[in-house]
Amino acid sequence: MTALDGGFHSPATQSATAFRGVMTVMAQPGHIVSLTGAEPPAPLSAAAGAVVLTLCDADTALHLAGEMDSPEVREWIAFHTGAPLTAPADCAFALGRWDALMPLAQFPVGTAQYPDRSATLIVEVDRLDACGATLTGPGIQDRAQLSVPDTDALIANHALFPLGLDFILTCEDRVAAVPRSTTLTAPEVN
Amino acid sequence: MTENAYNFAYLDEQTKRMIRRAILKGLAIPGYQVPFASREMPMPYGWGTGGVQVSAAVLTPEDRFKVIDQGADDTTNAVSIRSFFQRTAGVATTTHTQEATVIQTRHRIPEEPLNEGQILVYQVPIPEPLRFLEPRETETRKMHALEEYGLMHVKLYEDIARHGHIATAYAYPVKVEGRYVMDPSPIPKFDNPKMSGNAAIQLFGAGREQRIYALPPYTQVVSLDFEDHPFEASKADHPCGLCGADDSYLDEVIVDDAGGRMFVCSDTDFCDARQSAGFKGKDAA
Repeated sequence: MTALDGGFHSPATQSATAFRGVMTVMAQPGHIVSLTGAEPPAPLSAAAGAVVLTLCDADTALHLAGEMDSPEVREWIAFHTGAPLTAPADCAFALGRWDALMPLAQFPVGTAQYPDRSATLIVEVDRLDACGATLTGPGIQDRAQLSVPDTDALIANHALFPLGLDFILTCEDRVAAVPRSTTLTAPEVN
Repeated sequence: MTENAYNFAYLDEQTKRMIRRAILKGLAIPGYQVPFASREMPMPYGWGTGGVQVSAAVLTPEDRFKVIDQGADDTTNAVSIRSFFQRTAGVATTTHTQEATVIQTRHRIPEEPLNEGQILVYQVPIPEPLRFLEPRETETRKMHALEEYGLMHVKLYEDIARHGHIATAYAYPVKVEGRYVMDPSPIPKFDNPKMSGNAAIQLFGAGREQRIYALPPYTQVVSLDFEDHPFEASKADHPCGLCGADDSYLDEVIVDDAGGRMFVCSDTDFCDARQSAGFKGKDAA
């Protein structure tokens, strides 16, 4: 496989479908949907690859954290999206595993007048299922549950609302999201 | 030139990505107006260029698309936008609210409750609720940042002082999740309660003003009011002349030169469905 492979074979319709998946999970935190169509080089998951193909282009600065910052991933992203790679402080999107993305304070959270000028973090996680922290807030009818990497960090992020970071969690071909508007409660420890 | 000369859903991919990113930020900050680089569309400003761009960014080939203009599926604006996406995106279309996956609307929310998975796209002329009170964008932006919404309450109070009640009947300002004051677009205030806790994703596009904002499903939306002058969702005090519904929003239609008039449902799909189910109003033929 070369950097030229693994993109959408039909970009207009596949990215439309992928976007609807991403929009659904961003609008309904806790929902998990399947995103397919991209075959990015390891360690990028299929879902993370589809998110990058759908949202990133030459207008969006992208930060690759930790093991994502490999020559294969760089070349694949350069060919398929043209997104410029930057440091965390200037990025619109960041891609990496949770630990590699720390500390969260290094990412832009927007300004009081432009809270939308904040980073969206695409976080690769080992497991993604509907158990763990309890989620409430816009997009959630009553409450939802989601396995999030670090509840306390997401609670601190929500405290910044309307500023803050938005998280897209990816695992294999599945995706979920935790926008800054979501209130989290840590899972009860038995 | 064939119709395939256009990209899927008319807009180029980079434009759609830009709009999609704005929609995601809008959903993450409910009620906040996200600036976006609105494009020239093949229709004049004021004809729904914002709504059309949002629809173009969310449509997939599998969608079933409905367009209403003041509740009606059969008016010029609705017909032309529907055929625009039939031609450029090849999507199926419908007039039935329940069957549609994406509904673009000008100034109404369908009477039938929407379901999870549906998307309601509003066409918005002036997205800034404070614009007629404060014309400077630099100032309204500060007011939103500081949650300084006293001016809006003064405006509603002046309504009461002048008319004895809040006379604002459409584009009635709302507060989203206790944070941002938002313009619901010029829907009648009768529709305001339907925004709150709605199961559908609600997206708002203002083309000329270059703003996108959004309400995720089940978002709390409160119409601004006073304890002693509570918000009231008002409508013409008549039943529909064609289907007899007394709980739907009505249009007044002048029927002759002698002052004759009738009231009919503004939501044509709702009215048609009731008539085919056998309901009859007093003016039904």
